[in-house]
This record gives sequence, structure tokens and C-alpha cells, in this order.
Amino acid sequence: MLRTLSRYAAAAVLSIASAFALADDPMKVGFVYVGPIGDHGWSYEHDRGRKLMEEHFAGKVETTYVENVAEGPDAERVIRRLAQSGHDIIFTTSFGFMNPTVKVAKSFPKVTFEHATGYKRGDNVSTYVLRTYEGRYISGLAAGMMTKTNTIGYIASFPIPEVIRDINSVYMAAKSVNPDVEIKIVWVSTWFDPAKETNAANALMDQGVDVILQHTDSPAPVIAAEKRGLKAIGQASDMSEFGPTAHMFSVVDEWAAHYIRTVDEVMNDTWEVEDYWGGFKEDMLSIGSINDNLPADVKKVVEDAIAKANAGELNPFTGPLKDNTGKEVIPAGHTLTDEELAGVNWYVEGIDDTIPQ
Amino acid sequence: MDMELITNILFAMVRTATPLLLVALGELICEKSGVLNLGQEGMMLMGAVLGFIVTTLTGNVYVGVLVGVFGGMMMALLFGFSVQILNTNQVATGLALTIFGTGLSAFLGYSFVGQSIDGFHSINIPVLSSIPIIGKMLFTHDLLVYLSFALFGGIYWFVYKSRAGLKLKAVGENPHAAKALGLPVIQIRFMAIAFGGAMAGLAGVYLSLAYTPLWVENMTAGKGWIGLALVVFATWRPERILIGAWLFGLASILHLVIQGLGFEISPSLLAMLPYLVTIVVLVMLSRDPIKQKLFTPASLGKPFRAGD
Repeated sequence: MLRTLSRYAAAAVLSIASAFALADDPMKVGFVYVGPIGDHGWSYEHDRGRKLMEEHFAGKVETTYVENVAEGPDAERVIRRLAQSGHDIIFTTSFGFMNPTVKVAKSFPKVTFEHATGYKRGDNVSTYVLRTYEGRYISGLAAGMMTKTNTIGYIASFPIPEVIRDINSVYMAAKSVNPDVEIKIVWVSTWFDPAKETNAANALMDQGVDVILQHTDSPAPVIAAEKRGLKAIGQASDMSEFGPTAHMFSVVDEWAAHYIRTVDEVMNDTWEVEDYWGGFKEDMLSIGSINDNLPADVKKVVEDAIAKANAGELNPFTGPLKDNTGKEVIPAGHTLTDEELAGVNWYVEGIDDTIPQ
Repeated sequence: MDMELITNILFAMVRTATPLLLVALGELICEKSGVLNLGQEGMMLMGAVLGFIVTTLTGNVYVGVLVGVFGGMMMALLFGFSVQILNTNQVATGLALTIFGTGLSAFLGYSFVGQSIDGFHSINIPVLSSIPIIGKMLFTHDLLVYLSFALFGGIYWFVYKSRAGLKLKAVGENPHAAKALGLPVIQIRFMAIAFGGAMAGLAGVYLSLAYTPLWVENMTAGKGWIGLALVVFATWRPERILIGAWLFGLASILHLVIQGLGFEISPSLLAMLPYLVTIVVLVMLSRDPIKQKLFTPASLGKPFRAGD
């Protein structure tokens, strides 16, 4: 709280100062985070991206961040404050900041706004999102090859298209290397609760799961898998530290690429409103810390898939594809467009479960 | 559901309930003295972060536990000093303690995020741990869980059977009468507050050193508040706190296990289950208004000045 306040005070003073200063002032970039930067997950990665971006522009960019901002009216106040204090670009990094961002953007037409994971854009509001399903596909390949019980477990947060898309991606990949594979999904209704994530991992492992994948942000599931001598794949951040033998690899978010690109565009006046999707090819995802204890054939498959993803050729959502009720959802020869990807609300054929309503 | 699954569920129930049990028992003693401390969450976080930092630096979990417990206690004494000596409002001060503890723990722990430690390991008690079902449930835990059993026993005896417990309750019922009897009200309340802080610190340490051996900001995720609510719903009785904590733990586990078994119930509904079950059962248990009044500390939350 105090840190945020003092940062505000500093930002206010700076903005007054900058009004009198010369034109070659550093560009001011603000970030709004939903969680603490110490969560070792979502907000931590955005903040890592912020630091790398600031480093990249050495001296030409000055950044401010506000962490732990609740989604809702509080967010609007924070975003407005950043806009008023002379920030040129503002990144709002959580889905729930969508409406406040669009609203504030209308009153500050000269400021550039970028909102992560949303779908509402405006004259000065773009959106950006990760192609997490690419990383999930690679995870699915490794999980499908490594499971001995032919059962992989997925700790899911909330039934939104991003999560459902990723579950499909994991299953399709696992099935392609192991036709007998089954996926067990547990919804924990939270993005971050180490104790609950541990319980979920244990509940899955009690039911025969031997590879844990997570769509939540704490490293707790990796620790739980390590304790049982089973396998896990890290999410968002490099989690190798937490499971010397259990950790197979992590799918790491790399927001810096997008932050550098956006700031560069604004500096050169080439910025345009868009819905930006970044994956391996765009350097916005990477596979971190592949464990040495993985069998050579698994490593080979993972590395081949990474190469394919880096070339932008990993498109799991290519027809013909049926959902798990037998209805055709993607016709033959068609690959889902980004817009269609944003609306995935079905499980692919073979997943023995239903999406919670 | 087979036997092994049931055994595993009961084992996980006890583990999940442990931090709630610890923090609620501490708050019970504090409230029995008539002081309402809403700072549980802040004290737990301080316990968790200090325990983790010290364990990382020294490599010794026991030193970590001691420092974590001490940290929780110091936070509680800060609260005690404010409400008893400076006569601040208990509710406001408690809330401030939570906010302060959340911020301070984040600040102290910042450079320890992402580090891993070798936390507590389970110790299987010979013979007892091989009893079917309850063997695994009660006798295959880590040291801190066993300690929580012992603390439960000790607190049960203290509240119902000991002379000191009687004094504590006297202070909580009517501090003026207690003072007239010659009891040192302020001192007794200080001790109760400190004990509550130590227990909250221990609950935090359990999270960061045993349950999920890591530090991340705000890792208690509201457990302090649940513990606080448990005390009220258990009508200030230790045995009901144990029942409540176990029920909560059981429902939290079932919510996850049921999904894995493939039942088609909405997960949002299931996520509500722990709160619902615990409240319903404890309210049913304590629906007798006379008995309820009997166990509620009469002067709870009311200020008592040293000069009164």
C-alpha cells in the first residue's frame, strides 16, 4: 500500500516536472497489474517484461507500475490517475480491466492504451494475447509420452475460452502420441491459491494421474508432484526450481517482445489499433528449463515441436475436427482464425467431460 | 470410491484443516479474554514469510518455525499495545494489522519469491500408521500437524479444566469484576493476545514450510478470515473448532475429488461447498440460544482501560 502511494507521489511530482522540461524527455509507460509482482506467475511475468523493455530502451523510457489492483471501479481510478500524470502508453494486464480501460481511453485520446486478453478495442485501445495453446500442445506431447497410467491431469481455473482452448490443445497433442490417453480436469475456481492448487494436484494423483498440468499461477502443483515422485509441467514462469526431478519443462510467458514492439511503434508514430496474438514465432512464448532426466525420444519430440512453433506452423485447431458430442466444429481444410479461437467453447472429441456452465 | 481413495481424502482433510485449526484456536484464546483481533491474516503472513526467510538463510526449519512464531507474536503485541495502552478501537486496529502484515510480508519476502527449500517431511508413526483408514489420516503427517494435535489437547484442557483458563474466562466475561477479584486484567489480556499471535504465526509457518514449501505474496489466500469465522460459528468451543476445521477441510477436498471422478455438478457450486457445509453444521450444533450465550465472552470487543 505504502509503496503504491509513494510511487503515486513520485509520479505526480515527476509529471509536474516534465511539463516544464524539454521535448526529448523519456517516454512514460504505465502498467496496471491485477496481482502482486511477487506471485511468481502472471503479474511477475508482466513485470519481468516491463523491466526488459525499460532495459532495451535504456534511458529513453520511464516506467511506472501499480500492483494488486482490484478488477472493477478501483481499476478505473488507477488507470485514470496514470493517464492524468502524463503517461504516453498504459498497459492494463488483466481481463477484468477491459471496461475501465475502454472508458478511460475515451477521455484521453492522446494516450495509447493496450489491454491484455480482452476483446473490446477503441480509437486508442488495442488488445494483445498469448497463443498459449502452442505451449500447451508441446506440453501435451510430452505428457502423453511420459504418462505410464495413460492419465494426465489438468488443474483448470475458470471455464473461459482461453482455458478450454488449452485443454483441447493438450488433449489433441497427447492423443497424437498416445491413443489410449485420458485427461482428468479439475476446476479450482481461482487463479492463485497455493494450498488449493496442492489439494487439486493431490486429488488428481490419488485418482491415477501421473503427469500434472496447471492453468493456475503458483508453483504448488509442481511441488506436490515432486513429493510423490511424479511429473509436472510449469506454467507462466520457469518453475524448475520447485521440482528438480518432477519438473519436465515450463511454458514461459515472454511479454517483453510485445512491450518493446508497442513502445517502438508509438515512438515512431506507426502504432495502429489491432488485436495482437503472439506465440513462439513472435517471441512471446518459450519453453524453459527442459529437464535433463527426460528420455531422449521425448526431448526430441519437444524440440521438434518447438522448432515447428517457432516457424509458426503449429496449428492444432485445423479441420476436420469434431467436438465431444460428435458435431463437426471445424470443417476440413479450415484453420481457426484468431477471432474464432477467442470463442472456443467446446471440448474436442475424446474428452470425457462436459464444460461447466 | 475405493478404500485407498477414502483414506487419501481423510489424510488430505487433516492437512488442509491444520492451518485453520491453528489460527482459530489462537483466536479462541484471544477472544476468551474479551479481545477481538481481526489481524489473523496479517499475523499469518508475517509468520509465513519470516519462517521461510530464516529457513532459507539458515537451512534449519526449526529455527524458521521459532522465528515465524515469534514474528506472529510480535505483530499481536503491537496490536495489544495499541488497543490496551493507547485504547484504540479493536476492530479498526485488527483490520489495520491485517493490511500492515500483508504489505510488510510482501516487502520482506520480495527477494525470496521463486526460491525453494526443503521443508518438513512426513514422519510415519510405527504400528499406529498401519491401522486401516485412520492410521494414514492421523499418523503419517509432518511434525507441525502432530504439534497441532498436541496444542488442541492442551487448549481443550486449558479452557475447560484449568484454573488459569477460568481466570481467562473471568476476564473475558467481566473485566471489572475480574479486576475487583484481584486479577491483572491487562496482563492476562496481553498474554492471550500474544498466544493468539503465536498460533497465527505457526499457522503461517505451516503453510510456507510444510504444506506448500514456498513463499509467494498473499499465500494465505483468506485462511485467517476463515479461522476467524470458525471461532464464531463454533461458539467459542475448541472441540467444535476442530469439527469445523475438519469439515471445511473435507468439503474442500471433496470439491476437487468429485470432479475427478466425473460427476457432473457445477464446479462453482462445489466451490461453495466448504463454506456451506461448515456453516450449516455448526449452526445446527449451536442452535440453543441459552447455551450459545453461555459460551460467548460477554465483554468481547469492549475496551477496558488500565485505570478502570
